[in-house]
Amino acid sequence: MSLKLPVYLDYSATTPVDPRVAEKMCDCLTMDGHFGNPASRSHPYGWDAEQLVEEARANVAALVGADPKEIIWTSGATESDNLAIKGAAHFYKKKGKHIVTVKTEHKAVLDTCRQLEREGYEVTYLDPESNGLVDPDKFRNALRDDTIVASVMHVNNEIGVIQDIKTLGEICHEKDVIFHVDAAQSPGKVEIDLANLPVDLMSFSAHKIYGPKGIGALYVQRKPRIRLEAQMHGGGHERGLRSGTLATHQIVGMGEAFRIAKEEMAAEGERIQALRDRLLDGVKDMEEVYINGDMEQRIPGNLNISFNFVEGESLIMALKDIAVSSGSACTSASLEPSYVLRALGRSDELAHSSIRFTMGRFTTEEDVDYTIKLIREKVDKLRELSPLWEMYKDGIDLNSVQWAAH
Amino acid sequence: MAYSDKVMDHYENPRNVGALDKDSKNVGTGMVGAPACGDVMKLQIQVNDQGVIEDAKFKTYGCGSAIASSSLLTEWVKGKTLEEAQQIKNSQIAEELALPPVKVHCSVLAEDAIKAAISDYQGKQGK
Repeated sequence: MSLKLPVYLDYSATTPVDPRVAEKMCDCLTMDGHFGNPASRSHPYGWDAEQLVEEARANVAALVGADPKEIIWTSGATESDNLAIKGAAHFYKKKGKHIVTVKTEHKAVLDTCRQLEREGYEVTYLDPESNGLVDPDKFRNALRDDTIVASVMHVNNEIGVIQDIKTLGEICHEKDVIFHVDAAQSPGKVEIDLANLPVDLMSFSAHKIYGPKGIGALYVQRKPRIRLEAQMHGGGHERGLRSGTLATHQIVGMGEAFRIAKEEMAAEGERIQALRDRLLDGVKDMEEVYINGDMEQRIPGNLNISFNFVEGESLIMALKDIAVSSGSACTSASLEPSYVLRALGRSDELAHSSIRFTMGRFTTEEDVDYTIKLIREKVDKLRELSPLWEMYKDGIDLNSVQWAAH
Repeated sequence: MAYSDKVMDHYENPRNVGALDKDSKNVGTGMVGAPACGDVMKLQIQVNDQGVIEDAKFKTYGCGSAIASSSLLTEWVKGKTLEEAQQIKNSQIAEELALPPVKVHCSVLAEDAIKAAISDYQGKQGK
């Protein structure tokens, strides 16, 4: 198979829709297909669409060990995060006004918390350890009597580390705090069994798992029942938690993506991990290369590396035949170094020098070999250009230099 | 981010990359920026007895625009007198490379670099 350039290694930003998913979605659009409004109760077009929506709900629930009744459709993980955190904070405001989260969360959680701060809530933003994981004792100490909800992501989008949500959830429940988990990046990569996990609310996305963009879900636990204040009002869809006509084709796409993931995740995980290890093996002997985030508690397809003394944006430019990012797609428009790596305690230089490689279903060994060759060549070239590399080679400690900050 | 053809050209074929003997009396070195900000430029000029810049070298840690700004600068200063080189403005660099507003600071850094190199040279000459 010939290489398709640029090689796509940005699966944590988004994934292509699996052709099997696309086919199912196309069946839900035209006059010949299942185009009905799932809320129409008066004719078979509606009943037919409703049945497909419920099948999809069952497929999503099955992958994560939930009851289908606990799955609420949303427009994506961002909306799910908003509904979960604002919804719980508003509903339970009589209990208190404190929220706990982590500095390495996605902006969908952090900016939601910022909004709640503007509304008068108080938020604690925890620092993770240098490997990206949250220390359970520090987490416990952050919870207070007036804490309503704690939000911790399952898998980090930049460094791919997996938080111990079981332990953190148990701590929440000891303290009677609602536990929300942003799981946009984890389904199909990490086993999730909500029936046995102390998690009350969990956000999902379709487009990170070979489904379409524009659809997601929120798990809302029923026993004991977690109450939320709706953020979107209207026709009372989704048990009043999220009004709006259900997008049958999107929902069917998400359901099919989750169904395929359940069937294939074991084999796929092994294959992708082998590719990730191949990439790591290909670059780890280079000088001054740092892996960001824990390598054990990590999803198979993520490698986040800092190439010291090379600036990330120029490296991405040099690697134009591979599609990668220096952080999350949501922040790549800014010139700031990754806030996730900063929270891990990485120096500014290393945070400025990081590249995230994320592999997935359609990544091949050829893609990885091509990438290794390109990285080695381009990092060497940019280091030849780098005054910092020259100083490092001359044995100068860069921390001892008085830089003129600008 | 889309770069102009001129930025891409300088980035892919940078001119005058390298180093001059920083201890030589005829060489002025300017190092500006900071790793924490994501840009460090080192510009060196070699000046003859007539006060003309006869060679220039650079090394830059930074984005494509920073590399292109310093590469272009080395081309411009060669053959210029110190007085002429002192007149180079960041706006000229930004215009030549069609830098977008968020990258104008790269051209500012280049202007700072040539001024720092000239000042270093003049210091060595006891002027």
